Amino acid sequence: MSIEAGGREKAETRPLVDLVARRRREHGQRRLKVQGLRLLVAVVVLGGWQLGAQVSDCNSTGHLCVVDKFFWSQPSDIAQKLWTWLTQGTDLGPIWDQVLVTMEETVGGFIVGSILGVIFGVALGRSRLLADVMGPYIKAANAIPRVVVGALFAISLGLDIKAKIATAAILVFFVVFFNAFQGVREVDRNLVANARILGAHDRQLTTEIIIPSALSWIIASLHTSFGLALVGAVVGELFGATQGLGELIYAAKNNFDAAGVFAGMALLAAIALVAEALITALEDRLIRWRPPVTTETRI
Amino acid sequence: MQPAIELRGVTKRFLTPSGGVYTALRELDMTIGVGEFCAVVGPTGCGKSTTLALISGLEPASEGEVDVFNNPVKGIPDGIGYMFQADAVFPWKTVLENVAAGPRYHGLSSRDARDRARDWIARVGLAGFEDRYPYQLSGGMRKRVALAQSLINEPRILLMDEPFSALDVQTRSLMENELLGLWAASSASVVFVTHDLEEAISLSDRVFVITAGPGTVKSNYKVDLPRPRNVAEIRFQPHFIEIYEEIWKDLKDEVLVSYERQKRGAA
Ligand SMILES: Nc1ncnc2c1ncn2[C@@H]1O[C@H](COP(=O)(O)OP(=O)(O)OP(=O)(O)O)[C@@H](O)[C@H]1O
Ligand SMILES: [Mg+2]
Repeated sequence: MSIEAGGREKAETRPLVDLVARRRREHGQRRLKVQGLRLLVAVVVLGGWQLGAQVSDCNSTGHLCVVDKFFWSQPSDIAQKLWTWLTQGTDLGPIWDQVLVTMEETVGGFIVGSILGVIFGVALGRSRLLADVMGPYIKAANAIPRVVVGALFAISLGLDIKAKIATAAILVFFVVFFNAFQGVREVDRNLVANARILGAHDRQLTTEIIIPSALSWIIASLHTSFGLALVGAVVGELFGATQGLGELIYAAKNNFDAAGVFAGMALLAAIALVAEALITALEDRLIRWRPPVTTETRI
Repeated sequence: MQPAIELRGVTKRFLTPSGGVYTALRELDMTIGVGEFCAVVGPTGCGKSTTLALISGLEPASEGEVDVFNNPVKGIPDGIGYMFQADAVFPWKTVLENVAAGPRYHGLSSRDARDRARDWIARVGLAGFEDRYPYQLSGGMRKRVALAQSLINEPRILLMDEPFSALDVQTRSLMENELLGLWAASSASVVFVTHDLEEAISLSDRVFVITAGPGTVKSNYKVDLPRPRNVAEIRFQPHFIEIYEEIWKDLKDEVLVSYERQKRGAA
C-alpha cells in the first residue's frame, strides 16, 4: 500500500518539478527581456537627445537646429553637472545637504499630511453629521489651487522648514483625506454588523474593522501623495529658501543653466523612485491579507 | 416552556431606492422557547434574513414587538450569535484572529482569547489552518471559521442564516451533526434559516413556514423525532417522510406563488 502510494507520488511529482522549473525559466527570460527593453528605451531617448544636440547649430540662422543645447541642454552636460555637484558641491553647499533638506521637508509634509488626512477622513467617514456639515467647505478648499497657499505659509511661517512642510502637507492632506473618507464609506456593512454582534465597541470597530478595510484605499493614495509632497517641498522652496533642491533648480534657472535644472530634476526623480519602492514595501507588509495580484511564479 | 424569543405582530418596511415602500414582513408572530432548535423555511425573498436581523437588533421593526428573554430589543441583545448569509469573516485577520475576536471584544486578554480560539478551531476541524487568511481558505472552510467565531462566545441565542448551503452533502452532514452535538451541550436556542426542508426537519424541534413576501408565519410544525439524531440517516425514517410531506404541501404553495411572481416580474 505504502509502496504503491510512494510510487505513484514519484510518478506525479516528476512532471510537476519539470513544470516548476520550466515556469521559473520562462519567468527569468521574461524579466531579462523586460529589462533589456527598458535599457533600450533609455538609450534611444537619451542617445537621441544627445545626438540631436550634437548635430544642431542653433546660434546662427540657416543651420540645422533640432535640440537647442542652450535651452534643453544634453545628457552629457547633465551628467557632468551631477558629477561636479557630487565632487565639488553646489553654489549652495554640499549636494547631500540639499538632498537632505528637500527630503526632510518632503517626508515631514508627507507624514503630517497623511496622518491628518487619515484622521479627518475616518472621522468624517464615520460621522454622517460631521460629513454633511464640513462637506462643502472641504470641497471648496479642494477647489483652490493649493500650491498658492505656499505663498501664505512663506509669509506666515518664514523661510525655514516649517513653511515647506506645511505646503507639502496641505497637498498630501486632501488626497489622503478623500481616499480615507471613501474607504470608510465603502466598508462592507456585513463585516461591521458581524463585529458588532461579536461585541465590538465603537473604538474597536474603528481600529479593527473600519481602518483595516479603508487601508487599501489609503495606501493607494500614498503612492500619488508622495509625489505631491515633493511638489509641495520644491514649490515651497521656490517661494523662498536658502537650501534644498528646489532652491538649487531656482538658482540654475536664474543663471540660464539648463543642465543644472535637469540635474536637479534627475535627483528629484531618484528620490521619488526610492520612496515609491518604500511605499510598495509598506503596502505589501500592511496588506498581507489580500490575495496577491500577480504571483511571481505561476504553476 | 420559557420563551427566549418572541415576535408579536411584527411588520418591517423598507424604503426602496425609487422612493417607494416595500413591506418585507407583515404581522409576523413567532415564539421560540429557551433551548429550542427552530428552523425557518420559505421561498426566496420572503423575509427570513430580515426576521433574523430584527431579532439580532441590527434592524428595528417598523411595527410590533420583538422581545429577547422578555426584554424588548433595543440594540444588540446580550448573548446573541449570528452567522450571516453572506461571508462575514474579517479578511485582514487570520483564522486564529477571526475566531479570537469575540472573546477579545468581551474583555479577555489576547493570550487567553487565542487559547480559547485554538480550541474552537480544532472543534470545527480547522486545526493547522490557524495562520491562514480567509482568501486562502475554501468557501466551506470560511463557513466553519464563521461557525467557530459565533460559537466561541457561547451564545444563548444562535441565529444561523443558511450556514451550510455552500457545503457539499457529506461535509454538510458532518457539520450538521457537529452542530447538533454542540447545541445539545449548550442549551442555546437556535433559529436556523434554510431553503432545504430536509435539513430543516432533520435538525429542528419546530419548523416555521413563512409565506411568500410580505412574509408572515403560515404554519409551524412540531418535529417529534427522537434525539440524539444522525442527520445522514434520519431522513429515511417513515415518520420523517410523513412530516416532510405534510410540511411540503404547505411550503410548495408559497414557493409556487413566489416563483410565479418572479416570472411575471421578469417578463
Ligand atoms: N435594506 C433593504 N432595503 C430594501 N429592501 C430590502 C432590504 N433588505 C431586504 N429587502 C427586501 O426584503 C425582502 C426580504 O428580504 P430577505 O433578505 O429577508 O429575504 P430572504 O427570505 O432571506 O431571502 P433568501 O432566501 O433569498 O435569502 C426582499 O424582497 C428584499 O428585496
Ligand atoms: Mg436570506
